[in-house]
Amino acid sequence: MSDIVEESVKVPVDDFASDWDHTDPQWVNDPYPIWEDLRERCPVAHTDRYGGGWFPTTHEMVSSIANDTEHFTSRMVVVVHNKYPPNFIPAPIGGAPPITSDPPFHSIARRVILPAFAPGPVNALEPQIRALCNKHLDHMVGREFVDGGTDYAQFIPPGVIASMLGFPSEDEEIFRDIVHLVLDLIDLPSEVRGPLFQPMSEYFGKQIDDHIENPRDDLTSYLLNVEVAGQKLERQHVAGTMVLILVAGIDTTWSAIGSAIWHLARHPDDLARLVNEPDLMPVAVEEFLRFYAPVTMARLVAEDYEFYGCAMKKDDWVLLGFPAANRDPNAFEDADKFIIDRAANRHAAFGLGIHRCVGSNLARLELRVAIEQFIKRFPKFELVDGDTVTWAPGQVRGPRHLPLRILS
Amino acid sequence: MKVRIDPEICQGQGRCFSIAPGIFDFDDLGSGVVIGDGTLTNDTIELARLAQSNCPEHAIFIEE
Repeated sequence: MSDIVEESVKVPVDDFASDWDHTDPQWVNDPYPIWEDLRERCPVAHTDRYGGGWFPTTHEMVSSIANDTEHFTSRMVVVVHNKYPPNFIPAPIGGAPPITSDPPFHSIARRVILPAFAPGPVNALEPQIRALCNKHLDHMVGREFVDGGTDYAQFIPPGVIASMLGFPSEDEEIFRDIVHLVLDLIDLPSEVRGPLFQPMSEYFGKQIDDHIENPRDDLTSYLLNVEVAGQKLERQHVAGTMVLILVAGIDTTWSAIGSAIWHLARHPDDLARLVNEPDLMPVAVEEFLRFYAPVTMARLVAEDYEFYGCAMKKDDWVLLGFPAANRDPNAFEDADKFIIDRAANRHAAFGLGIHRCVGSNLARLELRVAIEQFIKRFPKFELVDGDTVTWAPGQVRGPRHLPLRILS
Repeated sequence: MKVRIDPEICQGQGRCFSIAPGIFDFDDLGSGVVIGDGTLTNDTIELARLAQSNCPEHAIFIEE
């Protein structure tokens, strides 16, 4: 797959205001100055790439779009070149309910999975998550150089999600390939990208068949048996929700954990405070989420619509930048400063409105426990070389390679 | 002084019951709910205000 990516030729962006591209290396490496510039200059940027789209940069605009399901559909939430791919399932259901669903179907699909991700069942996972973190930390002990991404962060969410869905934990590599395909390989031409989904469909089909044959106490069996208005969910709905839980549950939290470690590696004062004041962790977690919010969503314009003076056309993309909203100085005091004990923090890292991240309680728990265990084991560490840190492209931002030196 | 959550606005962001578990709880779907009738005392008002200032959806209301 990597060969294909390297072969695709990108035209570098000259002006993000009229030609934004969230896969441009400049954006991937450091999007914040770009967003700040656009917020002052536009504040809605446009592009003709990906079939045309908009990028609003203020908190007010992002909130307004997230709460307007009439003019902005969630039919597709990842910007790609083809807005009507093969096997496309139209709104209001979409390919991965409920994230791709619009009202009124959305709330039906959402209520099905909300109980599994409510604080009660999620908090019960804490010992399991702590044990998983410790298992991977055990492998890192005694080494001077470790990779916070590939030795640690990337392993935590897949282990948790595999266990929830009842998938074999040894399939973690397959999960990462699926995530890579859905979220990273977004710039491939659709005729190249489309066929790559076949193995993923087959994998989910196999898991569903196995759970039909051998039902057990996990989320997959629950989805196969749950009844809505006396009817079981269609197999396609179950498969779509499984894709959502797997993809949204892995890359996002892995990125959040990685970004938090990246921050602490560069800010020894914040690291020392967290080590010495563990009670600060819940507040710090919210500031990690605000400042390094990993997830940008997308919408499609439902019908021609004028938004803040922009003549949006039906099927234009809207890149819904929750991370950009989190840095808006009109919404946050000292928005561009990381304040580890920030008291008032209405961040939008988990989105706003009816599509609030279903897994937010789980993500928060994983992030807190992963950082707690990491700094307990390694109270002092630093970046080996800032230039060797690599970032995921596209709509989920986080460090992939994060080389660290453990200090004694 | 009383605190209430507007269930039409609440999306289950989960900030209120994490910050002020004595004042707020959650239901089976993870939405925030006020414990009891929401009456605040001098001891709890600041915590309720802190929760309010952390609700991304602006779903918490404190009224005389």
